[in-house]
Amino acid sequence: MHDWPIGPEAWQAIGLTLQLAAMTTLTLLVIATPLAWWLSQTQSRWRAPIAALVTLPLVLPPTVLGFYILVLLGPQGWVGMLTEWLGIGLLSFSFGGLLTGSIIASLPFAVQPIQYAFEAIGKRPLEVAATLRARPLDAFFNVALPLARPGLLTATVLSFAHTVGEFGVVLMIGGNIPGQTRVVSTQIFGYVEAMEYTAAHWLAGAMVVFSFGVLISLSFLKKRSDRVMP
Amino acid sequence: MSEQSGVIAPLRSTMKQNLALKLQLDRKDFRLQVDLSLPATGVTVLFGPSGSGKTTVLRCVAGLERGRGRVLIGDEAWQDSDRGAWLPTWARDLGYVFQEASLFEHMDVQANLRFGLQRTKTASGQQALDAAVEMLGIGHLLKRKPQSLSGGERQRVAIARALATQPRILLLDEPLASLDVVRRQELLPWLERMHLALQIPVLYVTHSMEELTRLADHVVLMEGGQVRIEGPVSQVLSDPQFAAAVGGEAGTVLTGIIKSHDDAFHLTCVDLHGSEIWVRKRDARIGTVVRLHIHANDVSLATSEPRDTSIQNILRGVVDVIDDDSHPASCLVRIRHVDQCLIARVTRKAVASLKLEAQVSVWVQIKSVALSER
Repeated sequence: MHDWPIGPEAWQAIGLTLQLAAMTTLTLLVIATPLAWWLSQTQSRWRAPIAALVTLPLVLPPTVLGFYILVLLGPQGWVGMLTEWLGIGLLSFSFGGLLTGSIIASLPFAVQPIQYAFEAIGKRPLEVAATLRARPLDAFFNVALPLARPGLLTATVLSFAHTVGEFGVVLMIGGNIPGQTRVVSTQIFGYVEAMEYTAAHWLAGAMVVFSFGVLISLSFLKKRSDRVMP
Repeated sequence: MSEQSGVIAPLRSTMKQNLALKLQLDRKDFRLQVDLSLPATGVTVLFGPSGSGKTTVLRCVAGLERGRGRVLIGDEAWQDSDRGAWLPTWARDLGYVFQEASLFEHMDVQANLRFGLQRTKTASGQQALDAAVEMLGIGHLLKRKPQSLSGGERQRVAIARALATQPRILLLDEPLASLDVVRRQELLPWLERMHLALQIPVLYVTHSMEELTRLADHVVLMEGGQVRIEGPVSQVLSDPQFAAAVGGEAGTVLTGIIKSHDDAFHLTCVDLHGSEIWVRKRDARIGTVVRLHIHANDVSLATSEPRDTSIQNILRGVVDVIDDDSHPASCLVRIRHVDQCLIARVTRKAVASLKLEAQVSVWVQIKSVALSER
């Protein structure tokens, strides 16, 4: 490792980032898919407020978002009280807190593509499935979900990439504890503060390459699934 | 083709599957109100202009739409609002073919065909699927993806997919409407073939007169959410009110038997209870029962025997009813010929000068005849 321009602390941050992004993405797919389905199907009057709430992390400054999550997870917050009562302790300034924050911050990136995919399918394939004896859950898993594949792919890639790139929320709720909550974006911040510009350059450059790669692969994925699904 | 009858037969044919409907559905500026009892076999065509409620009736039968009332098939209630009975679509034994191609795009043809089959637990499912594949001629498409099929092929697959579940009733919602003229002509013979083979009731929604005359056994004319005229196809078509409602497309269907072929003039002779009608030559065996479709505009009347005329088909008949047409210049005249009826659209002036009235006997001249197998 002697020749590398970045130190072991950076590798640790990279590992933590990937772990955080992977766990966030997995959790989000599980949460966002039913939520997106509900939003795409419901005519409930709660649809608009819920949709706005889901989109909120997209427009709020990460510091505001991070601040409220911090309060919520802290000893006076509902979630904090709950986790303490459950014996887990407080999530703020821990990996668990980081995960919670990332999930909330990336929620719109997961929900919206899936929701649009479900909306694009329309009612017809599900009606067809029902006339072919498929019960609602059967129709959801065997018709709606496979047809929404492009949306699910987009949601996966975007949530992963967005989590990797998140800075403000992480800084607010995670602090910046090496090995526990220090991710790539905060590591770069640390390098710059310590005037270690070479290391900052390498890590920042890697982020640029990564993000570019993600967007390129996304458009390839889109093109491929467009061919399969007109 | 009549040997084909019964290929889809293992269909509980012992049970009477007639369909009784009593439905009311209120929408913004539209009210559907129907009370129908439909025959247990054959094709019932729901006919009428768009917005008349045909598709809504079909969707109510399928449970895709929920009005108030009753949907009874045989002795089973799919819906009975008075008793709070309601079966969701997936629990109803029906086949539904939608207007536009509705195959699952993420599956190949084979998987599409098996989708419904896998969800119906009957022993003869595979046989029913094989028979449907054979009847609709789609055996060579099984490995293809829906995207690579033509519109007509897609609809044939959709019909076979519906039949593979061995439904108690088949519902078809304008299956030809999304196709161009060429594809439509391609698919129609398949539908005629299916009509001959199926032993379950079929509800067929269309606004095309051609599909009606080629496929219907029973006709329900809908207007503004209500049933206006209903009955066996020959009776409805020869109803002057129906003829006035469909305007230029008015006509009747006569049933006859192919009697002989004339190779020199490329004509085929059809026997109509003793009288003869000549049509363009058709490749059909002698003895085949056929339908003759005769447009009201192609029929003219004479009170003395016409001579030296280019018109080959002249029948004797008796005027039954004379009724108003949609335009005051013309009348619709129903003529009885043996036990069948024809409709002629003639001017009011001709009616006056020929002194036409009920019971007057006439010569019916028919300019052209369309023929379909029955």
